[in-house]
Amino acid sequence: MWMGLSYVCWGISVVLAAWMLYDWFKVDTTYSEETLTSSREGELEAVSEKHRI
Amino acid sequence: MTAAVETAQTTTIHGDRVSLLRVLGPAHVWALGVGIVLVGEFTGWNFSADKGGALAALIVCWVVGLLYTSVAMIDSEVTSTVAAAGGQYAQAKHIVGPLMAFNVALFLVFAYTMLEVSDAILLGDTIVAKAGIEGLTHNSFIAATIVVLAWLNYRGVLMTLNVNFVITAIAYVSIVILFFSVSPWTQGAVLKLNELVTPANALPYGWIGVIAAFQFGIWYYLGIEGTTQAAEEVRSPARSLPYGTMAGMITLLIAAAMTWYVCASLMPWEYLGITYYPLWDAGKLTGSPLLENLLFIATLLAALASANGCINDAARAWFSLGRDRYLPSWFSAVHPKYRTPYRSILFLLPIALAFAFIADLNQAITFSILSGVLQYTFMSINIMMFRKKWPLGSIRRGYTHPFHPLPAIVLFCLCMVTFFAIFLGFGSQLIAMTVFYFLISLWFHFYRYKFVRRGDQFSMPWPKPQGY
Repeated sequence: MWMGLSYVCWGISVVLAAWMLYDWFKVDTTYSEETLTSSREGELEAVSEKHRI
Repeated sequence: MTAAVETAQTTTIHGDRVSLLRVLGPAHVWALGVGIVLVGEFTGWNFSADKGGALAALIVCWVVGLLYTSVAMIDSEVTSTVAAAGGQYAQAKHIVGPLMAFNVALFLVFAYTMLEVSDAILLGDTIVAKAGIEGLTHNSFIAATIVVLAWLNYRGVLMTLNVNFVITAIAYVSIVILFFSVSPWTQGAVLKLNELVTPANALPYGWIGVIAAFQFGIWYYLGIEGTTQAAEEVRSPARSLPYGTMAGMITLLIAAAMTWYVCASLMPWEYLGITYYPLWDAGKLTGSPLLENLLFIATLLAALASANGCINDAARAWFSLGRDRYLPSWFSAVHPKYRTPYRSILFLLPIALAFAFIADLNQAITFSILSGVLQYTFMSINIMMFRKKWPLGSIRRGYTHPFHPLPAIVLFCLCMVTFFAIFLGFGSQLIAMTVFYFLISLWFHFYRYKFVRRGDQFSMPWPKPQGY
């Protein structure tokens, strides 16, 4: 049973790693680099926090 | 392409920008912090008994508890104000400066990646020990742990931390069940603390043993500060982060006390100090197959929860470095559908796998502890500067920690004691890591910083600091 579980673990690892690589390729070829790296730090705070005490 | 643009528009928050998703609450913050730490009760803390005896393990449980209570209080105040992914990195950037921030981010990435590696090795070794089959190695279980959890993190933070909440809660409840199953209110029936810990063997190496025990006492609580990495993904950072972090710390103090009491009452310190599975062994020693199997499963779940939280935190720290161009901005990409820092997750995946296959558990643990303690030392200095530059009343704080500057002083002093303890046990690693951080700082100062957009990196809408 344990040896079987070990083979299943290898199988799951390979399948999920392949899926992530495929999705990574798909996203990077679908969206522009500007869109993907457009996140900015602290934007919600800039909108909601006025820092008036 | 049209479909892609439509998807992008439906998954953005700020105009056409793709940001991390704000979906977490206090329970997720608790799950992240306690999830990372709880594995330390299942293995790690007990090596402090080898350094100084069973009583030393109890003394450091409380004293290191004081260190981490200071960490939790200080962290809650600063992060409820600097609510950004990267946690202590973002704090350092706004309060101390870019070079400190770069170093803190590396402390974070090292601490969490090495802890993830340790968790995966522990999980693999635990399964191999349970199976007891010749020829079965831990490699497949290590690979599955790291890859499956990376996939979970890749697919979204909400599901990742929902899973962490459930498995952390099960592991925690198993400690409570073990505690009440051994009749803790009576000695002699199952527990034999008065026979195993006597005045003659309580501190076999005296007080220097207690100092040395600090090195592994850190494992009772290592990683609780990881809650701050969720700052950009919680719905209400000012409320959720202090609440989740402090609740997590209280939970861990209770778990640590119960764990020591049961284990020290069932095993002699000579064995307790060298076993890799103190709680699983405690389950076996009760003679109950049910408890034995429960603690075996709980050990696996605790390791999984810790590795899961570590992947989450290391990826956010790496992502933040990319977003500020401290590293190539390529790392700052956010997945337009799952809203996770997917390139950072994928980049750190093979690094974790490589370390897990080539490093041994002791080395990985030591690097994790060292990076953690460096970070705590920074936090004690950071809070002093924060209160000086932006005194109470000058900016809005979600939480204000009491007795300032006492917690900062206590934290700094205990960090110095821990460095000395690490030097006693792993002096060469301590020196090697210090040299590494010094060299990487030179690289950042003389080469990398010219790529940073200096005005963009300070994003908090705060007033000018006092004295500037």
